[in-house]
Amino acid sequence: MADRSETDTVTTLSTDPEHPAQGSTTPVVTGTGTRPAIIADATASHGAGSPVPVQTRNERFASTDVSAFPPVTGREAGWKLTPVDALQGLIAGELDGGRYELGIETTEGAEVTWVGRDDARIGTAGIPEDRAAANAWSSFQEALLVRLTGEEPSSTTLIRSAFGPTARGAHTIVDAKAFSRGVVVLDNRGSAQLAENVEILVGDGADVTVVTVQDWADEAKHVANHFAQVGRDAHLKHVVVSFGGGVVRVNPSVTLAGSGADGDLLGVYFADAAQHLESQVFLFHEADHTKGRVEYRGALQGEGAHTVWIGDVLIGPDATGTDSYEQNRNLVLTDGTRADSVPNLEIETGDIAGAGHASATGRFDDEQLFYLQARGIPEEVARRLVVRGFLSSIVQKIGVPALEVRLQDAIEAELAGEAR
Amino acid sequence: MSTLAIRDLHVSIETDQGTKPILRGVDLTINEGETHAVMGPNGSGKSTLAYTIAGHPRYNVDSGSITLDGEDVLAMSVDERARAGLFLAMQYPVEIPGVTVSNFLRTAKTAIDGKSPAIRGWVKDVRQSMDNLRMDSAFAERNVNEGFSGGEKKRHEILQLELLKPRFAVLDETDSGLDVDALKIVSEGVNRAKDATGLGVLLITHYTRILRYIKPDFVHVFVAGRVAEEGGPELADRLEDEGYDRYVSAAAAAS
Repeated sequence: MADRSETDTVTTLSTDPEHPAQGSTTPVVTGTGTRPAIIADATASHGAGSPVPVQTRNERFASTDVSAFPPVTGREAGWKLTPVDALQGLIAGELDGGRYELGIETTEGAEVTWVGRDDARIGTAGIPEDRAAANAWSSFQEALLVRLTGEEPSSTTLIRSAFGPTARGAHTIVDAKAFSRGVVVLDNRGSAQLAENVEILVGDGADVTVVTVQDWADEAKHVANHFAQVGRDAHLKHVVVSFGGGVVRVNPSVTLAGSGADGDLLGVYFADAAQHLESQVFLFHEADHTKGRVEYRGALQGEGAHTVWIGDVLIGPDATGTDSYEQNRNLVLTDGTRADSVPNLEIETGDIAGAGHASATGRFDDEQLFYLQARGIPEEVARRLVVRGFLSSIVQKIGVPALEVRLQDAIEAELAGEAR
Repeated sequence: MSTLAIRDLHVSIETDQGTKPILRGVDLTINEGETHAVMGPNGSGKSTLAYTIAGHPRYNVDSGSITLDGEDVLAMSVDERARAGLFLAMQYPVEIPGVTVSNFLRTAKTAIDGKSPAIRGWVKDVRQSMDNLRMDSAFAERNVNEGFSGGEKKRHEILQLELLKPRFAVLDETDSGLDVDALKIVSEGVNRAKDATGLGVLLITHYTRILRYIKPDFVHVFVAGRVAEEGGPELADRLEDEGYDRYVSAAAAAS
């Protein structure tokens, strides 16, 4: 048995709720340890708000009923880094859960339809762990279903640019049949006040890429929870791209449910002045011999630019032979920004192939700038070169060429400081 | 004829203990095509001179001047100096994650020339220079200095020297950490650049070893932030035999 468990070298990191990062560029990563045992998010709390000192990540309170959750104050573990006041309309307000206008582009092997709340698939990938997700769930009247059936790769783009100013609740299901292959892009633009849930069912042996692009207008608010179940020998590549919008919080929760399931959870974000971009990522290795890679990268520039990344990885008691790694890297370009980065790793079996995590938040380095300038490259060009390189390593992994080109252009536009 | 002139240069840095003077009145004149070796013991201010010429923000010029054909170099930003024809081959080149060598070289060339290089000729030039420096072609797709060995970093510096074609190059301890094979390869690169463009070279080194391969026209011995002695190549031979002890003890006695 090849047991090259790295658990004894795993460093545990968790937030200190009493001492958030001071100053402009400090990542909120504190504490170290070498405990190879079960590590839990000590700040998690049950729905009733009572603090529970040790709780495994998949034991959080969950419900599809918004009234089962107490009001959100901003002190809860899952909300304390989020500007909840700006989101109360989505967390507690009334949401329009009717059909919305959207553009649909599909190729053979994929179809898009609306289905009712009684559809048997609804709730099978996961259910809400926070009030905004539950509010969306309680509100939606019909769910948008993307069904992938083809074994030849299909491509589906949902162009969602007409939400307008109405507060909405939405539900989307991506149902990938066994052995199907396809890419689904949620292309979000324009104005929006949107709370939504996205369920992703990846059948055995399927290979699916789901990309959600937040290219919203400046004032948009968007709270999304994605739930995915990945079947035996299946592969899900899940990508969160957040560039535009006022407050954007996209939380993917992926369960590697079948033996040999493989999950790539990627994210790239660029926060400008006064923007809040957040992703709380949960990867659950439920089955044996599953492989998970989580990599999120972001850049921050401008007064009040704030990003939050919380990465929870749970390796369950049956997940022997698991190989898992998560990392978050942030590049701080100016003063006045804040990047929170919190990796958490829980391991409930000793027999794993490897598990690790990393988090780094750094400034654009003056020595890098000097080196590039000493070769004649002006400061602005140098800055662009470095940021483009930093973010490209994620963009290049998306594997959708047209989208990659668009995202590279979007990065250029962000760097040029253009109004979006 | 191009001339890089340094006059009565005084430079200090800020430290936790306050302002620390490093250069205390340096005079040097380098004409195009000339090679000047600046030698001296550790802490004599050699690297400070190199970084001051390039414009590193850490170094404060308190008085004196640096001019390139009469133009005030000290008034230029770092990138303006490079575009004016100055080049610094660094002792410790920094890593630039996510930026490939080929992208970096093209961006630098475009900045220096003010226009993008014609693609076919450029690709050929890069390949030729890399071949000359015994660099594998896969090198071009690696990130700048990331995971490079010491020798690879120095070759990469000289690759830039050959491709960017400056008028004056400051080589800051380019020989340090190189084995003799790598030293020869790097020295050949410098000599090619001299032959091709009439490059003026300010060669900063602790050791005389590199002077076997890059022949200096003038040798300046730096001690305690000043030029303690100047001469022709024969001065290097003398340093090889005697070392810096004579100067260091003289400086200690004077202070």
